[in-house]
Amino acid sequence: MKIPQISVFVENKPGHLNIPCRLLAEAGINIVTLSVADVQQFGVLRLIVRQWQRAKEVLEAAGLAVAVTEVLAIEVPDQPGGLADLLDIFHQAGINVEYMYAFAARLGNRAVLVFRFDKLDAAIAALTRAGINPVSPISLYEHLDEE
Amino acid sequence: MNCATKAAADARAPFQPASSLDYVPREPLRGLQSERLRRVVERAYEHVPAYHQKMQKRGLTPAHIRDLDDLQQLPFTTQSDLSDAYPLGMLAVPVGQVVRINPMAGTTGKPFVVAYTRRDLEMWTELMIRSLACCGIHQGDVLQNACAGELFADGLGLHQAAEALGATVIPVSGGETDRQLMAMKDLGVSAVCSTPSYFLHLAERAEKLGMNLRELPLRAGIFIAELWNEATRRQIEDVAAIKAFDLYRLPDVIGPGIGAECIHQNGLHVFEDHLYPEIIDPVSGDVLPDGQEGELVLTTLSKEAMPLVRYRTRDCTALVAEPCPCGRTLRRVRRIGRRSDNVFLIQGVRVFPAQIEAALLAVEGTLPHYQIVLTQEKGLERAEVQIEVTPQIFSDRLSALDALQSKFAQAIEQSLGIGVPVRLVDPHSVPRHQDKQVIDKRSASD
Repeated sequence: MKIPQISVFVENKPGHLNIPCRLLAEAGINIVTLSVADVQQFGVLRLIVRQWQRAKEVLEAAGLAVAVTEVLAIEVPDQPGGLADLLDIFHQAGINVEYMYAFAARLGNRAVLVFRFDKLDAAIAALTRAGINPVSPISLYEHLDEE
Repeated sequence: MNCATKAAADARAPFQPASSLDYVPREPLRGLQSERLRRVVERAYEHVPAYHQKMQKRGLTPAHIRDLDDLQQLPFTTQSDLSDAYPLGMLAVPVGQVVRINPMAGTTGKPFVVAYTRRDLEMWTELMIRSLACCGIHQGDVLQNACAGELFADGLGLHQAAEALGATVIPVSGGETDRQLMAMKDLGVSAVCSTPSYFLHLAERAEKLGMNLRELPLRAGIFIAELWNEATRRQIEDVAAIKAFDLYRLPDVIGPGIGAECIHQNGLHVFEDHLYPEIIDPVSGDVLPDGQEGELVLTTLSKEAMPLVRYRTRDCTALVAEPCPCGRTLRRVRRIGRRSDNVFLIQGVRVFPAQIEAALLAVEGTLPHYQIVLTQEKGLERAEVQIEVTPQIFSDRLSALDALQSKFAQAIEQSLGIGVPVRLVDPHSVPRHQDKQVIDKRSASD
């Protein structure tokens, strides 16, 4: 259900984003999906990788500031209103979406989005009540491997 | 108005009576200084417990101090002494005689005050009149007083003196750049007083507005509260076709008016009939001969409310005893290029790295690796505090990092009274094992 996400602090300077990416490449770790959020002087690189423990070790060994956060991957029908309906569920349950980003690959006719919530367990409960099951890490990685 | 007419206006400066002491031959001046020293030491010893104890420890009484040669026997006074006596322990007069108190933040985070009697303010005004006259300002000049914010108290002294001199004063609050420029243009301003960086900011804005400062009647700039160098002076003089003068201030003693450059712009004449300068080796405390660089130590020879005996300024300079072509007999100090204690100036505020360290420590309870980077952009001094992000303070949420950065910035602002930009940087990007936290990337001052 919950998926570990790796976040890395990156200064907003030429070449800095490349540092964690190169480290992961050298360790043979494939990035499933990612997002970069930035303000003027720095940014946060967020990564979904299958071998997250190994990724964490590699990045930390290189002296980077790394955090592991649990996020949810949720399937969204790839049609108008698909995302709006989903967000309504959280809104009604009083849950705040800290940020979200999309998976590069799709599961069938469904898009997969990554959500970071302020109240993760409450978000899962709200989804369950609405009859939605977040994508499990195993099926997520397996499916992506098939693509 | 072209440069030649501007220079001609300079030459019209009439003699200012208050300046007569600037020209007293050395011998009588020395007599006056010794006489005043005896009196100030007596007052300090009688009325200020801190001085009494310090002198007693050395087995000294005022009777031991007969002339300037005996000054070396007296112990130094530091800013910590002033902080220890906070709030009014350094007063040598009854509180009722104090007419002004400047509360100071203190460079190590401990506050202190600077107090003035009415006669102290008159003395300050006199020194400011002599400073302005030294820079060639005279009756008929239109002086724009752009000392605001942190320089508010300095601006008061400037204002008093310029009016007494018979100049027209235009006080315009800092930050209101367009209003400053409008006043400059519409009111025929001939001299401006501000920090050098604020003047360059004005010049930059003027250029954007299509205004040519060179074409205005402006002919002099009087600059305070920042360490600046010859390159910046040339830049300022060039952008506005003015003469740029340096004034020395130390708010612990008085505001501007301790020393001033004359039209020869070769060192600042110290008004040593009121403020006696010595240069010491900052480590051994030994007095150094004229010409050698060391830390400037000042003794107030006439201040009533809070006399300072051998006050360590932490400013590094050298005394120049050679006669100046302007005819003043007052010795000069070379322009102050650096401090003896890592301290730096931001917007006229002296900042000790320890103050920033204390502020950073307060935020998370631990001290992050940090460095203070000083840079100079287009002649403006900038400081930035760079703080390493650690896994403990790192968050995947940008808003949390942003909030943390603001928290650091707020803590620093609260401690210093002025804002310094803060930047979160990569872990391990701040060099380890350096003995100082201040990285000075400004061009070497001359």
